[in-house]
Amino acid sequence: MLRRLAHSIFVLLGLSVLVFFIARVMPGDPARMSLGPRAPETVVQKFREELHLDKPIYVQYYYWLKGALQGDFGMSLFTKRDVADDIREFFPATLELIVFTGIIMSVFGILLGVASARYANRWPDNVVRVFSYLGICTPAYVFGILFLLLFGYILNILPTIGRISPILNYPRLVTGFLTIDSLLAGDFRVFWDALKHLIMPGLALALGPMAQEARITRSSMTENLQRDFIALERSQAIPERRIMSRYLMRISIIPTVSVLGLDFASQLGWAFLVELIFNWPGLSRYGINVMLHKDLNAIVAVIMIIGLMFLVVNIIVDVIVGGLDPRIRLGAERSK
Amino acid sequence: MRLLDIQNLHVNFDVYGGTLKVLNGVNLYMEEGEKVGLVGETGCGKTTTAKSILRILPMPPAKIGGGEIFFEAEDILKMGLRKLRALHSHGISMIFQDPTASLNPVFTIGYQLMDTIRYSSVEEALSRREIKRRAVSALQDVALPDPERIIENFPIQLSGGMKQRICIAMALASRSRLLIADEPTTSLDVTIQAQVLKLLGQLVREKDTSTIFITHSLGVVREWTERVYVMYAGGMVETAKTAELFRSPIHPYTQGLMKAVPKLTGEGIALGISGRIPDYRNPPPGCRFHPRCPHVMDICRKEQPPYFNAGDTHQVACFLYRE
Amino acid sequence: MGDTRTGFARRWDKIKRSWYKFSKNPLSIIGATLLLIIVLIAIFAPFVAPYPEHAGSFVDFPEASKPPSWKHLCGTDVFGRDILSRIFFGFRFSLAMGIVVISLTAPLGVTLGLTAGYSKGTWVDTLIMRITDIFVAVPPLVLALAVCSILKPSVFNAMMAISLLWWPWYCRLVYGIASSIKNEFYVQAAEVTGSSKLHILFREIFPNCYGPIFTKLSLDMGWVILIGSALSFVGLGAQPPTPDLGTMVADGGKYMPDQWWIAVFPAFAIMFIVLGFNLLGDGIRDMLEVEEV
Repeated sequence: MLRRLAHSIFVLLGLSVLVFFIARVMPGDPARMSLGPRAPETVVQKFREELHLDKPIYVQYYYWLKGALQGDFGMSLFTKRDVADDIREFFPATLELIVFTGIIMSVFGILLGVASARYANRWPDNVVRVFSYLGICTPAYVFGILFLLLFGYILNILPTIGRISPILNYPRLVTGFLTIDSLLAGDFRVFWDALKHLIMPGLALALGPMAQEARITRSSMTENLQRDFIALERSQAIPERRIMSRYLMRISIIPTVSVLGLDFASQLGWAFLVELIFNWPGLSRYGINVMLHKDLNAIVAVIMIIGLMFLVVNIIVDVIVGGLDPRIRLGAERSK
Repeated sequence: MRLLDIQNLHVNFDVYGGTLKVLNGVNLYMEEGEKVGLVGETGCGKTTTAKSILRILPMPPAKIGGGEIFFEAEDILKMGLRKLRALHSHGISMIFQDPTASLNPVFTIGYQLMDTIRYSSVEEALSRREIKRRAVSALQDVALPDPERIIENFPIQLSGGMKQRICIAMALASRSRLLIADEPTTSLDVTIQAQVLKLLGQLVREKDTSTIFITHSLGVVREWTERVYVMYAGGMVETAKTAELFRSPIHPYTQGLMKAVPKLTGEGIALGISGRIPDYRNPPPGCRFHPRCPHVMDICRKEQPPYFNAGDTHQVACFLYRE
Repeated sequence: MGDTRTGFARRWDKIKRSWYKFSKNPLSIIGATLLLIIVLIAIFAPFVAPYPEHAGSFVDFPEASKPPSWKHLCGTDVFGRDILSRIFFGFRFSLAMGIVVISLTAPLGVTLGLTAGYSKGTWVDTLIMRITDIFVAVPPLVLALAVCSILKPSVFNAMMAISLLWWPWYCRLVYGIASSIKNEFYVQAAEVTGSSKLHILFREIFPNCYGPIFTKLSLDMGWVILIGSALSFVGLGAQPPTPDLGTMVADGGKYMPDQWWIAVFPAFAIMFIVLGFNLLGDGIRDMLEVEEV
């Protein structure tokens, strides 16, 4: 476990070096771009010195790292604010979206996979398989646009922009999750509204991984059904329902959970586009904007945060899989 | 009434490029309390037969092509689900060849063993404490040290020999009337094989369990069985009381098998049987052994030999012994 | 089993057997057919498209923003260009992008993976794998967006960006296989008899990786096309008037919901091409599965 953490820290550092290096390589003068073409050269020069742009690259990195470790990611040339403040403002929105997506994709993905395996080769299975093929090969932004069209405009049952209708007020923010906070404040109108706003972007992001999970669960279950231990359990008169819900489930879920981490990560990527489509005020939309404006500090910070999230999710997933599968937990110990 | 009576069982598998006609008229019976051996080389259909008895063959691709399996005069193949469950619960139990594959890797031994006990008990609803007591006792019966600790272990933490003992414990814990042991020691370390086999043999003798020993080893058969069936390519070629079979094997295949075992007394080199087991997609017509038989006759190539009597309970499927 | 047929007969039987396994799943056939059609369309686009000149910059304002009709099966966009024809040419782009990226990344990734896997435990292994780890710490799309945003937006740069961060996945895949078999006897035998490192890597270890690599290649084509379209969608990839599918979806998005066809048909086109590759990839994976009797 400790080794894992050390490794993760190394990876994060390496990532920062990589991104930093790539960012600095780009042509153009950030100071000038931020201040605009009309600013006098002296002001721009002073700004440049402030940002350490005149120093060699490793010095710049050093300053950045020093700041980053204290939570200061420098200033955004785009929003003219501290990047740290920007992140603090936008991060919860993305987190809420991601968590919502995560819940949908894991719960329904597994449910669909189980149903598919249970009714293998009959119509529910075939329906799920068709759906899962479509889900896997359609990028989230296409789903986003289709949903926007269908539910937003044609049927007009779901709101199309942002997290909450403009006429309503944010509840008192405790967690930053509009859904949770509004519940805590007892404001059901806001809760319902926030939920409605979450549905389309969340679903757009979730459908792809959901399809993937369903497939993996199904194939894992059908494969395990052939195994000897299931045959033995049957021959011991253990009720079929118990075999299915306990013995088969626990072992079949393991590959699915392992993939959850990876799928989750790719959703972090697609969120960039989906947040753009739905004008979701989150980290990813911020990220796209700063990228399009070549805002160095912000780009680096956003990537680091995402890398960190991914790392944390991976560690969590590994812990869960280890909990489910004693072969991994204990196998490692035996080899010592 | 015979405990088990398999009559003319045919089983086929649908695979790439055709159908494997694996079991081609299997006949086998057992009386209560007997220890019967089923011997044959790898691939002759022993495990398929065993799994058919319990009806745990994967039904696509497997298909029953005909025949009956009577257990205490009821045809297993026609049983409804509830009767089948009862059958599994305290009628027949099985020990599989590979103990690592037989145990669910993500549950503890105790969990699986206690489940077996719970669902195979004839009395309704045993208490948890009673189940645990029986589990520990079952593990002690198979000579496992420190059963209390093993109950909390996962299969990956145990050696092959220990796992197989646990499988034996599970099979015996259900107190079934018939036990099928499918090559119980084949996948174990050679040094452990004798131990586990001895244990199994003793246990079935003690509890007087009717047992079918499936094996490819003549040594096992000789030591632990009273009556034996010799199987080849999906059918029984010879059956006799064990002592009788070893004294005078009369089917050419059995004779070949006997000759293939090196003798401690060092008489000559062990001989093999030329040829290979047939391709089940296109098995040879007539007697399936005829391509490899040193005494093959014309009729062998055309008709399948029925069983001819060659003594008390000694039967052979070979035209050489036509009266 | 003793197989006494000639080499040719054996190979032919192997091909027949592989085909059987591949075709067992009707979906694989559908995928392969779909792909074949798309590839043919892409190759012969100038001849098959009803209005090939619409693929570039072309304006015909009287015909602009017309809904699907017999004249324009998928309608026209705001410049009057036939969407169906642009989709055909879009296939060209997508396929080309996929091929370029994969032909760059796969050899590099595979070679590095073989090297790292074979030298497992040495500094070579550590160095290569740590670098790989850094690249995979972030979702590929995010890195691609970041890199593309820094460079000048163009198809070429997009391809370079994707290639830059795609090779680690091949490296990892091959590393897993190589490091697990490097202690097998036939490898050690080769070492002992003095085979060169190159020989060992490519003649002994590499053939074990064929299967997973081919499956991954096929699925990857789909992924690269998806990511490429995503980059174009935000304007970091292909620039107008290039008929790239992602760009078309983005452009069309502005005119939703009234002129829905401008975005929806290219979106479906993306789905089809990726679906084709996925089905094909699944079929390849089935084909390479070892049969059990």
